[in-house]
Amino acid sequence: MSTALRGTPLREEDIRTGKALTTEWHGKIDYTFDAGAAIGQFLHGLKDGKLLGRKCHACGRTMIPPRMFCERCFRRSDEWVELKDSGRVNTFSVSFVNWDASRRQTPQVPAVIEIDGASQGMGILHLLGEVGNSLAEVLEHVKVGMPVQAVWKPAEQREGSITDILYFRPAATKR
Amino acid sequence: MGKVAVLGAGLTKFMRRSLETGRELCWEAASAALREADLSLADIDCVVMATAPDAFDGVHMKGEYLLDGAGAKGKPYVRVYVGGGSGVFAPIAGWYHLASGAFRTCLVVAEEKMSPTQPHPQGAFNAIYDQFTERPLGVNLLWIFSLEQMRYMHTYNIPLELIARVAVKNKRNAKDHPACQLGGEFTVEEVLGAEVMSYPVTRLMVSPVTDGAAAIVLANEEFAKKKGKNHVWVEGVGWNLDTSYWTNRDLAYPEYVEKAATMAYKMAGITKPREEIHVVEPYDPFAYKELHHLEGLQLADKGQAPRLLEKGYWDRDTTTGIPATPSGGLLGVGNPIAAAGLMKVAEIFWQLQGKAGARQIRRNAKRGLAQAWGDLMQVGTVVILGV
Repeated sequence: MSTALRGTPLREEDIRTGKALTTEWHGKIDYTFDAGAAIGQFLHGLKDGKLLGRKCHACGRTMIPPRMFCERCFRRSDEWVELKDSGRVNTFSVSFVNWDASRRQTPQVPAVIEIDGASQGMGILHLLGEVGNSLAEVLEHVKVGMPVQAVWKPAEQREGSITDILYFRPAATKR
Repeated sequence: MGKVAVLGAGLTKFMRRSLETGRELCWEAASAALREADLSLADIDCVVMATAPDAFDGVHMKGEYLLDGAGAKGKPYVRVYVGGGSGVFAPIAGWYHLASGAFRTCLVVAEEKMSPTQPHPQGAFNAIYDQFTERPLGVNLLWIFSLEQMRYMHTYNIPLELIARVAVKNKRNAKDHPACQLGGEFTVEEVLGAEVMSYPVTRLMVSPVTDGAAAIVLANEEFAKKKGKNHVWVEGVGWNLDTSYWTNRDLAYPEYVEKAATMAYKMAGITKPREEIHVVEPYDPFAYKELHHLEGLQLADKGQAPRLLEKGYWDRDTTTGIPATPSGGLLGVGNPIAAAGLMKVAEIFWQLQGKAGARQIRRNAKRGLAQAWGDLMQVGTVVILGV
């Protein structure tokens, strides 16, 4: 390979001082997504304080997030099943970074939660709460495999969104 | 299927922010690859482009935007896209253009300019999450990696210290790479003690934001043999995608990488990959991913890649193990997404030719493998080269 590679690295100050010129575009685009047959029903369920799954009679899986087709059997799924609003932590993280790379003082604790009543390994992404406000506290309170319980918004504040569940809390915690 | 050879490769520097536009980066890498292959654009029958999300550039027809810099004007041209896996998928697409018999030569170009996205390119990734069940939670890209790493560590009881060693190894290897953005000497303690981004991921376990481009020239057997000798051949290719319902998957093991590798091994006639693969460039956007992928590639048993790392099995100067990421990888050289994958293919090409300079591995290599990964943690792309 040639060792004299081309390319001109820029520094922040090259931009700031106008040594290298830039052009800006603020392409703000808004979207409205139709929720569809499966997720539409799922969101209605959340508004009613229920977690809904979808069952395929061919493979026997109860699936969450629900889908109107089974991607494994490639056939229409068969029925709605009301799942429990509890589960187990499959994995979690303690996140100090926002989407724009700005930092957080108190961490978010995202987790994949395997939902009780769904088939083995069927989880959803959500947040854990009541688990502490620092890395050390969260690592003390949260373990993979730990049972957790959904904490819902008050019924009158629910709007048919995944955020109708505020977070999942350790099931063993007395409140 | 016809045989396909690699005739040359070219790179730009990998940089946090480049003066050059994406189109200019393409031109620099493509012309460097043509120079190394001793060919001109007139010799090229078709062009394949890989570049990752349009959102980085704010250009919707990104393949078309880059076309002129990639030498594709007036030629059969296509952009292929499987997220982070695109850089290794592009030579696969180039391979099938030639193996089909439709063309003699193919210029494969991969480009990424991540720096335009404000305030940070990570924001462009929010849209990979499900718009109904995930995005309203306030997601960021680091989550999927940190969640997968935690599950991997939990399942196989892997200490974080062993994962940190991948960053130490790759950043050290990268010091000898002329495109290098982030190479250097770090201790395990420094990697573990770096800022916690999204536990268990620290800042030094994450690949950087990078601008850069890479290119290779492919030719069919007849063209390659007229052009010279001592060829590096594409011996096997494989690709595979798992379900997009990622919270339903086994996060501890990349089954889709296994399937992609199995396809490539079968094509290459490889039955014992641990003996028949002599150098490997697994995809390493995060430190644990290298280990995860080495296991998916069947080069280590499940949960064992970290233990082999501890013994020096993946070191560049090993004579008894398999050198992994001799280039320095995404963690060290940098991560211009699609270009980083193709950089890995170029590294295997140079290693097999004995032209890797200060990065040349010590063991004699007849066959090597490059792999990339991406989308929503669901795609594996594999290319095996041999001499």
